[in-house]
Amino acid sequence: MMLTCRELTEIVTDYIEGRMSLWDRVRFQLHLGMCTHCRAFVRQMRLARSANAAVPSPELTPELKEALLARFRDWKRAQDPEESSDP
Amino acid sequence: VLRSEATDPLWAIPWAAELDSVGCCVPEDHLAPPRESESVLIERLLAGDEEAFTTLVTRHQRAMRAVARLYTPDPSVAEEVVQETWVAILSGLRSFERRSSLRTWMFRILANRARSRGEREAKIVPLSSLAEAEPEAIVDAARFDGRGMWAIPPRRWEADTPEAIALRAELLAAVEAATEALPPRQRAAILLRDVEEVEPAEICEILGITDGALRILLHRARGAIRTAIDRRLGGPG
Repeated sequence: MMLTCRELTEIVTDYIEGRMSLWDRVRFQLHLGMCTHCRAFVRQMRLARSANAAVPSPELTPELKEALLARFRDWKRAQDPEESSDP
Repeated sequence: VLRSEATDPLWAIPWAAELDSVGCCVPEDHLAPPRESESVLIERLLAGDEEAFTTLVTRHQRAMRAVARLYTPDPSVAEEVVQETWVAILSGLRSFERRSSLRTWMFRILANRARSRGEREAKIVPLSSLAEAEPEAIVDAARFDGRGMWAIPPRRWEADTPEAIALRAELLAAVEAATEALPPRQRAAILLRDVEEVEPAEICEILGITDGALRILLHRARGAIRTAIDRRLGGPG
């Protein structure tokens, strides 16, 4: 049975994640082959999928960085007991 | 499991290449940071390299906070849990057996700690059940006609490659804001999958949810991100 545009938008994530049965995939791609609007939609959903990875990681605040490094140095000292006993 | 283009019989369809011209069926190893770089990072950490540590913390900060906030909604408590988790990660690093990726192992530690902290404070967020079988509308029903065809088709985006989007700081800011505004579980799911590239089965284990629930969370979350980009890019109408 033909997939409607609306149905396609409801299962697009399974398609993008590569988690469709072969039959659903055939139906999906047959629809895409005929429907320029759904092709645009799928393309946009893929861009939405990749967008978050492009968001820059927030910088650590100086306070947080210091607090974390202090813990890191504690851990380091615990790793090398001889060094930490140096005067 | 993603199908590879080479083994997919559908790849023989003439227009299939056009269909998948943006990012589908990208082999997993292309998406995930290479294993080598992860083991290099582990070696540097074990050698006491501070820069390696701050790089690691910075890189995973968004997703770490999102997962911690699932169980400890108070942001300052969540922040504390994340910091304690880093300490736990460091102390476990030598015995980390690399049976899973470093990321998966880290997020497992985080989720366990956040969960027990949340229980201790008896403020655990109720994880309401999801209606898994229902189809999911991420497009306004008014955009379709009675036969389920587009009545108001998607607007074309002026930036329509991942590279073009990555170059536009205001778009990325909109994506970040939209992700922040998501319900907590959608936010954790999308960051673990789309940023951390953790495998779905592992995300389910980390978050304690079913595969069906994860699919719905991802679908809704990405729908919201698409809408946020569309608002910036779609032009009038």
